[in-house]
Amino acid sequence: MTTRKKALAAVGLVGALALTAACSGSKGSGGSSGGSGGGGGTHAFNAAATSIVNPSTKKGGTLKFWSTQDVDSLDPAIGYYAFVWDLQRLYTRTLVNYPSKPGKAGLDLQPDLAEAMPTITDGGKTYTFKLKSGIKFEDGTPITSKDIKYGIERVFAQDVLPNGPIYLIDDLDQGQKYPGPYKDKDKDKLGLKSVQTPDDSTIVFKLAQANSDFLYHLAMGGGAPVEKSKDDGASYAKHPVSSGPYKVENYVANKGFDMVRNPNWDASTDKLRSALPDKITFTVTSNADDLDSRLLAGSIDIDAGQRGVQTAAQGKILTHPDLKANTVDAPAATIRYISIQTKVAPFDNINCRKAVVYAINGTDQQTARGGQWAGQLATNMLPPSIPGSDKYDPYSLAAGKPDVAKAKAALAACGKPNGFSTTIAARSTSPKDVKQAVAAQAALKTVGINASVFQYDGSQSASTVGAPDFMHSHNIGLNVFGWGSDYPTGSGFLRVLVDGRLILKSGNNNYSEINDPEINGWIDDAAKSTDPAEAAAAYTKINHKVMDQALYFPGVVEQSLNYFNPRLTNVMFSQELGMIDFSALGLSDGK
Amino acid sequence: MAGHPRQGAAGQPSAKPTAVLLYIFRRLLNVVVMLLVVATITFGIFFLVPWLQHTDPVLRYVGKNANPVAIAGIKVKLGLDKPIYEQFWLYLKGLVAGRSYSNGPDTTWCPAPCMGISTQTQTPVWGQLTGDFPVTAWLAAGAATIWLVFGVGTGVLSALRKRSVIDRAAMVTALAGVSLPVYFTGLVASALFIYNLGWLPESNPNVSLGSDPGAWLQNMLLPWITLAFLFAATYARLTRATMLDVLGEDYIRTARAKGLGEGTVIGKHAMRATMTPILTVFGMDLGGLLGGAILTENVFNLHGLGYDALNGITKNDLPMIMGVTLFAAFFIVMANLIVDLFYAVVDPRVRLA
Repeated sequence: MTTRKKALAAVGLVGALALTAACSGSKGSGGSSGGSGGGGGTHAFNAAATSIVNPSTKKGGTLKFWSTQDVDSLDPAIGYYAFVWDLQRLYTRTLVNYPSKPGKAGLDLQPDLAEAMPTITDGGKTYTFKLKSGIKFEDGTPITSKDIKYGIERVFAQDVLPNGPIYLIDDLDQGQKYPGPYKDKDKDKLGLKSVQTPDDSTIVFKLAQANSDFLYHLAMGGGAPVEKSKDDGASYAKHPVSSGPYKVENYVANKGFDMVRNPNWDASTDKLRSALPDKITFTVTSNADDLDSRLLAGSIDIDAGQRGVQTAAQGKILTHPDLKANTVDAPAATIRYISIQTKVAPFDNINCRKAVVYAINGTDQQTARGGQWAGQLATNMLPPSIPGSDKYDPYSLAAGKPDVAKAKAALAACGKPNGFSTTIAARSTSPKDVKQAVAAQAALKTVGINASVFQYDGSQSASTVGAPDFMHSHNIGLNVFGWGSDYPTGSGFLRVLVDGRLILKSGNNNYSEINDPEINGWIDDAAKSTDPAEAAAAYTKINHKVMDQALYFPGVVEQSLNYFNPRLTNVMFSQELGMIDFSALGLSDGK
Repeated sequence: MAGHPRQGAAGQPSAKPTAVLLYIFRRLLNVVVMLLVVATITFGIFFLVPWLQHTDPVLRYVGKNANPVAIAGIKVKLGLDKPIYEQFWLYLKGLVAGRSYSNGPDTTWCPAPCMGISTQTQTPVWGQLTGDFPVTAWLAAGAATIWLVFGVGTGVLSALRKRSVIDRAAMVTALAGVSLPVYFTGLVASALFIYNLGWLPESNPNVSLGSDPGAWLQNMLLPWITLAFLFAATYARLTRATMLDVLGEDYIRTARAKGLGEGTVIGKHAMRATMTPILTVFGMDLGGLLGGAILTENVFNLHGLGYDALNGITKNDLPMIMGVTLFAAFFIVMANLIVDLFYAVVDPRVRLA
């Protein structure tokens, strides 16, 4: 009897110790971060979404990035993660680039290596750029038009440098089947015909047809100059040669790297980058909660991944106004939607599609993604940061609740008053997608639609949901998926989802298999237009028709709650990248 | 050494040298066969998994925008266009002699023992594993020292003071140690000692033993203690149970009856028998740990083999998973061998069995 009591007491002691540790741990770190928050003046929660938080021109200090995932590649031709594009701007310059400005102003391309915006002639098919003088690589070699051409040619070497964006191949190959510089027969390895370099400071692009997206493609890393003598193919990712204010050092996969000032970068040639910190470090960690603790304790500056804090930190931040003020939670150009397949019965009937849109509960979809901090209700298929987007809401989705009466009426109009059976596909590798599918399943059940959930490995998308034949044979009428744009135009976001000429046998993204001549025509009009406003207007029309046709339940526009160290200056949300603009950041304490 | 067990073995001097060599040779052969089996199974899985999913392993190497040129290029480079038996032969050959992956302009040399190229970093797996191994080795060595000293010490003390307060407290703590997972104790320890009490600075993942021994020691202290806490618990309980058994043996009574001091009885006679099962478990544990302490490394952000393993799994990096598996298997098999050899020294009853 006595021994058992002693044993119990000991257990109690251990338990109490653990609890004290846990509780006091959370309080302690919360308090300490409040104390270190003297960096900049007062600003409200989410101020960085629309304005510049802590504006300053103070130089110096070490900007500390941490991330739970490594970069996919530092090679500008390969990197494809949004946060890597954000980092790229620190060591890579392109002909045109995005300015560090909050709101829509940050989407207007500006000349970077180019002296001015290009002269566009020949009905939008010829782009002529003049380069600035005084632009150099980190080794001091002047950057010429040939280096830019060579950099673009590397994108074509998909056998050596795969996985990056390939828009420039689509724009510039024009049937040449250019194999990339490594297999180029030309003695200077400059055999790509559509790009011409009449002299060292002039570069001319000849397009096969007008394409209002071309400049956005040139602004990606693939449009950056690469010095031929420093290019060692797949290994270039370990030591990219900088054209920007910082150069990369000490890159070790899965561990991190440093960036130090590039002495050969001349600030007078660069109007887009302030280059405030003296040094930048990037550290990969495996422990997301530990990363949050360090952020809140103020010992690191920002989560490079920008995927949002973990649940534990989120709870702490939202209950402490002083912490909440150092966060930004703005919508990115990514929609988590459910597509409705027009080639799978009964969704060939528009009323059956409408029944689904009316019946699904938007708030439940939002909850499945992680609630209001993880996404806002979408009412149509263009995210708010894309030019041409509006608040079009034909199904009253902004209310966030289903309209059962209208859903039943639509079912009756479809000739299925008692409902029907179908299948919802979701990636088993994306737990939130599965939750969305289950929430949709429950909502559809209330109007008599019996949906079963079909799960598949996300890495197999191309051959499952991306294969129309597979969709048809498995009776998959609904598909939970996400889409984010690579550049901020209507076509950059919506075209692949709704262009009937892009329906592929595998790797298809036009899941609803819509092939509407009117939509296709508007897509072509937008591409030909050299006026961004005109192109945006075309996509407004496309978006409205896509919604009227009930091809998608738009679900939620993704966002995430990101905390930043209060010592950071010039914090602003880039609508282009859907996250904080790294290249503008500085340190108020100069340390 | 005056202990009598040795004399038993010395009774068969003529058979000994050749028999021992033969025994070691047999065991070494076993090691090679085991590793070959592990290699075959992991290689099989590499092809079986994609096959079961009706897909191509090359898709693991390309991104979401995989285009036919990229796929074809990578296929040629990695030799995935060859028949499976030839690829297996190249894999085995690569393990022994190294191999080069090439598709014309782009060649990656993978020196022996070549375990393939990581789909995630596009560099040879072996280089990454050896680069990260010291972290794991130091973690395992430090933790093992702590848990052996404290675990065995506590176990002995508990056995000698059976049912005392010390015994009870030790065994309850041990129960907690066994039951509490590292991702709990590790996080609680970090919260308490780093963020609350401030006794230790936040770990700095960019230092190594060579670059800054002081900071490195501070980095390693919590991981060592956390990991040791988990294992010490098992060892304390095991030592206590074994020691209690041994203390009931006739020869202990005999030793005491001979008038030997209690220190000699416990330290020499009882400990020796107690160590046999402990050594077995220790060998296995250490071998397993050298293959990577997945939870500890990830909680404390140590970039060792366990980190590589988890990274490989989450990123679908099959060559990395295969590499870590083979690497870990090597240590477990080697640890087994060493334990078996040690057995023969510590306990002659199992010699040459």
